[in-house]
Amino acid sequence: MKTFKLGGIHPEENKISAQQPIEVVPIPKTVFIPVSQHLGAPAKPIVEKGEVVKTGQLIAKGEGFISANVHSSVSGTVQKVEEIVDYSGYRRLSIVIDTNGDEWMDTIDRTTTLKKECTLDSKAIVDKINEMGIVGMGGATFPSYVKLNVPQGHKAEYLLINGVECEPYLTSDHRLMLEKGREIMVGITILMKALMVTKAMIGIENNKKDAFQLMTDLAAEFQDITVHTLKVKYPQGAEKQLIKALINREVPSGKLPIEVGCVVHNVGTAFAVYEAIQKNKPLFERIVTVTGKSIKKPSNLLARVGTSISDLIAMTGGLPDDSGKIISGGPMMGRALSNADAPITKGTSGILVMTEKESKRVPVLNCIRCGRCVTVCAMGLEPFLLAKLAENKVWEEAEAEHIMDCMECGSCQYTCPSGRPLLDHVRVGKFEVAKIIRTRKN
Amino acid sequence: MNSTILIAVVAMFAIGITAAIIIYIVAQKFKVIENPLIDEVVELLPGAHCGGCGYPGCRALAETMVKRGSLENLNCPVGGKEVMGQIAALMGLVAEEKEPMIAVLRCSGSKLHAPDKVLYEGASSCSFLHQLNVGESGCPYGCLGQGDCVFSCKFDAIVIDDKTGLPVIDNEKCVACGACVKACPRQIIEIRFKGKKDRRIYVSCVNKEKGGIARKNCTVACIGCGKCVKICPFEAITMENNLAYIDFEKCKLCRKCVKECPTNAIAELNFPVIKEKAQPNTEVQA
Repeated sequence: MKTFKLGGIHPEENKISAQQPIEVVPIPKTVFIPVSQHLGAPAKPIVEKGEVVKTGQLIAKGEGFISANVHSSVSGTVQKVEEIVDYSGYRRLSIVIDTNGDEWMDTIDRTTTLKKECTLDSKAIVDKINEMGIVGMGGATFPSYVKLNVPQGHKAEYLLINGVECEPYLTSDHRLMLEKGREIMVGITILMKALMVTKAMIGIENNKKDAFQLMTDLAAEFQDITVHTLKVKYPQGAEKQLIKALINREVPSGKLPIEVGCVVHNVGTAFAVYEAIQKNKPLFERIVTVTGKSIKKPSNLLARVGTSISDLIAMTGGLPDDSGKIISGGPMMGRALSNADAPITKGTSGILVMTEKESKRVPVLNCIRCGRCVTVCAMGLEPFLLAKLAENKVWEEAEAEHIMDCMECGSCQYTCPSGRPLLDHVRVGKFEVAKIIRTRKN
Repeated sequence: MNSTILIAVVAMFAIGITAAIIIYIVAQKFKVIENPLIDEVVELLPGAHCGGCGYPGCRALAETMVKRGSLENLNCPVGGKEVMGQIAALMGLVAEEKEPMIAVLRCSGSKLHAPDKVLYEGASSCSFLHQLNVGESGCPYGCLGQGDCVFSCKFDAIVIDDKTGLPVIDNEKCVACGACVKACPRQIIEIRFKGKKDRRIYVSCVNKEKGGIARKNCTVACIGCGKCVKICPFEAITMENNLAYIDFEKCKLCRKCVKECPTNAIAELNFPVIKEKAQPNTEVQA
């Protein structure tokens, strides 16, 4: 079975919501839509207080090369364009809309019939993906059209589709493949056309055998798409590890996948591309897995962007009494919230409510030089060294030891027998080294 | 056999002499001629190599002083007036009269005034918490209390007070080297005049949010009302971005602004107690 060779761990999978079909969340009374739901420059609002908007209408325009458009997820009146407290407790500029019914833009095709043919050419597809505000749905939220613009001197050979979902607890991609497999396949053919490649490979972890079977059957109806099963190992879903497992190529340090002739997209992104290109539907809703050991009804919910996280938790039976932490994302790379009224954004793949017992942090002891962190690091780094350098603020040496290659997967901190917060220190180091690199460039 | 030993001894002797001659020539050719005065100045300096003077180490400062032949704009904050006087005497110069300075924490968001709304259990690092989350009190500008300043201080002048959760700067130990200023990710610490009789007045807040929002997280926040600006007889207070700032060069320590502030955001240190008003912020200072 294909896998990546270096490092990796196998945490408990806890895919307790895997059998739950997708449910639609009712439209809330108010939505809070941040203008920055993607990597890169925030979008600029183009609506004002009092303006009436329709579902799918453009309400903020992307600024600069790496940015994305933001569309309204509801119809109603703009209450205000103001800084609202987000999940980190900081205030971020958001567009607040009081909902009224659910009137969609006329341009959007709301029928559910599968549309296979795409008449647009490569450039038109990329432009439309940009226009529709599509970003990476795996959680990184990188503006997708940027990845499809192959830079000069490079050529794309493969399109790799990420159906891995290696984070424990999360099942939104799994359900999407089971329920919207055909649409995903069409989305993949559109992406292949945009990139002008003839080979697409879908990677699915071995704990989703039903999805693998279905996607393999569907792939037979489409040309040049192959489906591959991957060994269950975290972080298989990371793009560099996926590339190594599927086509056995290594992306050089500091470079992007296009360097080895491929582009990686999440299955959720492929689905969003299908809806955007074939149905003129911009990105304003997504599937969020709401789960946790004490949650009454772990679910996969289709929610409009801007819905409060507390609304989603209420739909699963409310916040359990023994809750310790609420995490946006998965347990490995997610962020703990300090504000549960924060809104869902394009990148919120899951809400995980950890019990008090699960949330307990172990006491921090000294490093015993066991080397386990080095063994599990999927990027081949030395986490104990990077953490020590970052803690003692030796930034130049941290940069020389490739701290910027760390993808923050958390395997090192998970494995450390002394409970040392390795990733926390490395994150500080990366932040400071990034600042140094920026000043050096200027 | 005798001749073998003789040849060996003579050979070793010859190699030794040759090596000695080479070493002597090299030492003479590459000799660094340095002003002996530099060494004498280094002897007088405290040898903490803290960088508080702005130079990398005591020797670098000594070299600069001797090479320039003047003490203008050069000052060792650790040695202070005494050491600078000695160096001046040694070099035949006059030392500048420098007002003693000290690091000041411009935040009173203690556990009492800015209670915790969430619990943080991650790495004890202010820079990490700052980029991850707004902090336990909810104020995006306030002190996070994780101790980056404590870690950076080479003179043991800062400790975290467990009751308030805020760092306390020791009046005697602090030498105003500036390490804590650089360490704080929210630029809360400022180097200000120590003041006559160690008395100083400053706005103990760096929150730039609108008053109503600032006050939600902390009861002693500066709300940007401007009353202090109006009442100051020396025009020492300015207002920018909903935040008042007292210029320590203009402040004459008259204390009018402290009484005027409706949220008790202005702190006064080491003054005699005024009976009419409840104590503002002296609880959290050194």
